[in-house]
Amino acid sequence: MSAGPHLLQTGAALGGATLAARRVPLWQQGLSQALALRWVGIALIIVGWFVYYPIVDNFVLSTTNQDIFTGEVTQVGLDNYRRLADDPVILRAMWNNSAYAVFSIIFQVFAAFCLAAIVESLQSQKWRNIWRAVYFIPSAISTTVTGLLFYFIYQPDIGILDGLLQMLNLGEWSRVWLGDERTAIYAIIAMSQWQGFGYSTLLFTIAIQKIPQELYDAARMDGAGPLRQLWNITFPLTREMTGMMIIVTITGAFQVFNEVMVMTGGGPNNSSQVLGTWLYEQGFNQNDMGYAAAIGSVVFAVTMLTGIAQLWYTRRRRVQA
Amino acid sequence: MSGTAMISAPRRSFWGGMGQAFLWAFLLSVGVVVLYPLLWMGLGGFKSNSQIFSDPFALPASWSFANYVAAWHSVQGYMVSSLMITAVSTVTTVLISAWAAYGLTRTPMPGKPLITGIVLGGMMLSPTVALVPLVRMLQSLGLYDTHWALIILYTAFRVPFTTFLIRAYMLDLPRDLDEAAMMDGASRGQIFRKIILPLCRPILVSCVVLHVLFAWNEYLFAMIFTNSPDVQTLPVGLTSMMSKQGTDYAQVFAAMTISALPIVIIFFLTQRYFIRGLTEGIGK
Repeated sequence: MSAGPHLLQTGAALGGATLAARRVPLWQQGLSQALALRWVGIALIIVGWFVYYPIVDNFVLSTTNQDIFTGEVTQVGLDNYRRLADDPVILRAMWNNSAYAVFSIIFQVFAAFCLAAIVESLQSQKWRNIWRAVYFIPSAISTTVTGLLFYFIYQPDIGILDGLLQMLNLGEWSRVWLGDERTAIYAIIAMSQWQGFGYSTLLFTIAIQKIPQELYDAARMDGAGPLRQLWNITFPLTREMTGMMIIVTITGAFQVFNEVMVMTGGGPNNSSQVLGTWLYEQGFNQNDMGYAAAIGSVVFAVTMLTGIAQLWYTRRRRVQA
Repeated sequence: MSGTAMISAPRRSFWGGMGQAFLWAFLLSVGVVVLYPLLWMGLGGFKSNSQIFSDPFALPASWSFANYVAAWHSVQGYMVSSLMITAVSTVTTVLISAWAAYGLTRTPMPGKPLITGIVLGGMMLSPTVALVPLVRMLQSLGLYDTHWALIILYTAFRVPFTTFLIRAYMLDLPRDLDEAAMMDGASRGQIFRKIILPLCRPILVSCVVLHVLFAWNEYLFAMIFTNSPDVQTLPVGLTSMMSKQGTDYAQVFAAMTISALPIVIIFFLTQRYFIRGLTEGIGK
């Protein structure tokens, strides 16, 4: 602590706080408390201004309609929300977001958990690290790049998926994956699984590493096989992580935008529209900001619900621990 | 040797020889599924356009960097924007978050639970919801289509998460050091700069890495709030290149590889910090 003596000289004039607080008068304590706010000042201002305020403003906007040409704003009450109920694409988008959530839970939570258990069962620390890192690579790359990459992979003329199916004698399965209304959204979801499973595998391996080895030793003594150990030890002891991952995955599934935008833009015929892209289409291509804001409210409602679930879950966990 | 073998050998090594072989085959095939598309992308950048169309699986006929050079020239501008926005927003985000975390853990601030709730609560709010109002707001502030728009938004939307990470770390730091410094009469500013920040270095590095990854890859805001090519970032630049290049796919492949490479390298160099940040982030 070479700074010690220096601090002694300059520090006296600057004055401390809590330790000296008993000796200073009340108004000075108040002042020092108020001054402490400066530490969070910028954070509060920037978050309040650019994160909280827009969300409030979104609800105000959702009750208005703006004429694109005159810029005139009219109050329309809940009209935009009534339109939501009659919009078949919203239903489609909700369905697609939900499919996103379901597939992501299967692959990025449960399959990733199994993969993590397998990786952690390897004896070589080096290989455990290598597999973890390799599987993670797609998660580090931007979704724009992976989306474009799979856009090419799914192309019938230059893509490798149809070529692969041909090689496996499954040629009749090949199709214009992103151009077919029945498969477009699932092709996008598949890309997301490819990109995202390594991220959750990494998190699960860390959770598994925290399990005391003695538990496994004891289980083996009792003659428990590998699958039993997986089911009776690994799974229950990583349940917190699993619960957390499910909630985070659902939240993510309802905020999907980038991959759909890059790969299909919501088409063909709106079949791969998700809430995010439909909001974009309405607000920025159709210039219907009021309606886009109403779609934003739907996203808000869903993410709020999952957010509250997450809070409730972490709190309960803390109480148990 | 035998000692370590004793400890590490029983390590969940419950799969027999056949099982082991099967596991390795499985891990390997998952690895191929992950890596092959990326390899295909990188190789695509070496191919000629006609080769891309004729045989998607073939290796490049010649290893010419022409596509990469051409792609580099067209993404250079986007690269500069990406670098600048990433660098500045990383500094602002981590600084503002470190200040906030310090205030929330070490000062006698009034209404601390409420302020903590407000700052961290921002994590729950999604960018999609704020999109429509932000357009009007940034236009009226004159920030639309500027680097500052993205710098401010990336900072605002990442401060809650970054503060969350740093705060958790600061809560675990022992208080003896800063109390001793305070006895010596150090000001809060001095304690923050000379004691707390150096102690927090590991988590600060994690936060930097996570923010770099976020800012480099972000697409939604970048697409909506920038318009001119000299302001757009790489992800947006790639999509507009895609629509401009038409069918010169070889160059697009090269451009994709160029934009993915820096972040993959950063990931491998900083893996340790990266993983720490991620695990702290999702509940320890």
